[in-house]
Amino acid sequence: MSEILYEAPKTLEAAVALLAGAGGQARVLAGGTDLLIQMRAGRVVPGLLVDIKGIVEMTTIVAENGGFRFGAAASCMELVEHQAFAREWPGVTDAVKLIGSVQVKGRATVGGNLCNASPAADSVPALIAAGAVARIVGPGGTREARVEDIPAGPGRTTLADGEIVVSLFLPPRPARSGDAYLRFTPRTEMDIAVVGAGVNLTLDETGVCTHARVSLGAVAERALLVPEAAAALIGSKVDEGALGRLAAAASAACRPIADKRGTREFRVEVAGVLARRAAGIALDRARRKG
Amino acid sequence: MAKHHVSATLNGNDVEFLCETQQTLLEVLRDELHHTGTKEGCGTGDCGACSVTLDGRLVCSCLVLGVEARGKSIQTIEGMAEGTSLHPLQRKFLEHAALQCGVCTPGILIAARSLLERNPDPSEEEVRFWLAGNLCRCTGYNKIIEAVLDAAREMRGG
Ligand SMILES: Cc1cc2nc3c(=O)[nH]c(=O)nc-3n(C[C@@H](O)[C@@H](O)[C@H](O)COP(=O)(O)OP(=O)(O)OC[C@H]3O[C@@H](n4cnc5c(N)ncnc54)[C@H](O)[C@@H]3O)c2cc1C
Ligand code: FES
Ligand code: FES
Repeated sequence: MSEILYEAPKTLEAAVALLAGAGGQARVLAGGTDLLIQMRAGRVVPGLLVDIKGIVEMTTIVAENGGFRFGAAASCMELVEHQAFAREWPGVTDAVKLIGSVQVKGRATVGGNLCNASPAADSVPALIAAGAVARIVGPGGTREARVEDIPAGPGRTTLADGEIVVSLFLPPRPARSGDAYLRFTPRTEMDIAVVGAGVNLTLDETGVCTHARVSLGAVAERALLVPEAAAALIGSKVDEGALGRLAAAASAACRPIADKRGTREFRVEVAGVLARRAAGIALDRARRKG
Repeated sequence: MAKHHVSATLNGNDVEFLCETQQTLLEVLRDELHHTGTKEGCGTGDCGACSVTLDGRLVCSCLVLGVEARGKSIQTIEGMAEGTSLHPLQRKFLEHAALQCGVCTPGILIAARSLLERNPDPSEEEVRFWLAGNLCRCTGYNKIIEAVLDAAREMRGG
């Protein structure tokens, strides 16, 4: 076996330079909960691991312009233990809580969950619904991208060679906003989503929905933003009729695979059911934030 | 091949070891540092037999590289008893017969201690959720849960 180098840079500049210097042979190492398993199975054979957990802006969680910015390499446990964050974004928090066991969450990061690009990654639909924006650095400088524009398909992202997701920004929330994420799995914990649904919405003083975003996981080659499903909520009081249209739009957006955990028909049906239930939870949360 | 020279603390004592990049902390603990209390069940994060804490954070040592432990504080089952006096969790596991083959036990004890440090009075449900990443093929879990709840009660002084 050829030697694998390991570096733990303290700055973004150093990390970008290391990745650029390795000519495509390097891998970013965050929590390692996907990467170390892939290396052990021989599916990934890197020449260099660039451990990014020593870079301060990649591991801190801070309030910024009325919203939150958290480092892509902050562990999932740090994120779910952040009480102010959990109060503001209960749906994102619920999604991150679903990632594996306490032990897995002690290492796993949201940046890794996103960049590993599994269509079933739990944090991704919740982040898409939340309108999260990723800050990315690379050889070409710094840019921002919406989370829905990053996964490209199983194991593939739109990141250019040598680019790193530094942090994720969740925008400030108007009053009467709520979000929720639900997934269907055969077991209650430690399982991979058969379908995941994230909903984020805002109500006006009269209870009419003024803003909504809906995202589905595990029903296509990557997590989907479903504007048609959001449109079913906007302008409504999120009543039965609107929820029915939301469920239909969510089901219509699916283009799932069939596998041993669920047939296509099952996934299409469940996507509608989960989107509807998640919208109900988001609605309750928004009303309580009146 | 150039190995990494790593310094860390293991159960409060300074340790140094050499490792290759791909060697996991679990392999380092067992094969380099000869602390074999930490077990390997799966090597893929599913079973929790390899649970240790790293700077106080509960992790699977099979999903951590040895070199990532540089400068960190590692706690394993070998550091749980004080001399010959067992930790209350260890005593309660014996009293409640919460182990049979014992392969899962070091990981479960480390995970349970980590829970009780954060939450001295967990509900049964909280214990079950916290330990969901620790598999046991023998006990059927109920005795484990009872032992953890009983140890928590004793540690609270009840
Ligand atoms: C037992 C077990 C149970 C699990 N259960 C679930 C579950 O229920 N739901 C779920 O969604 N996931 C689950 N997972 C997977 C989950 O742990 C990972 O997807 C995790 O979030 C990945 O983060 P990481 O920090 O460990 O990434 P790593 O393994 O370090 O990296 C993953 C990939 O992303 C790249 N990468 C990482 N960070 C960055 C960055 N900032 N910029 C650019 N590239 C980057 C790496 O190079 C690598 O290719 C489980 C894993 C295990 C082992
Ligand atoms: S050996 Fe680490 S989780 Fe199974
Ligand atoms: S006692 Fe045998 S696996 Fe738990």
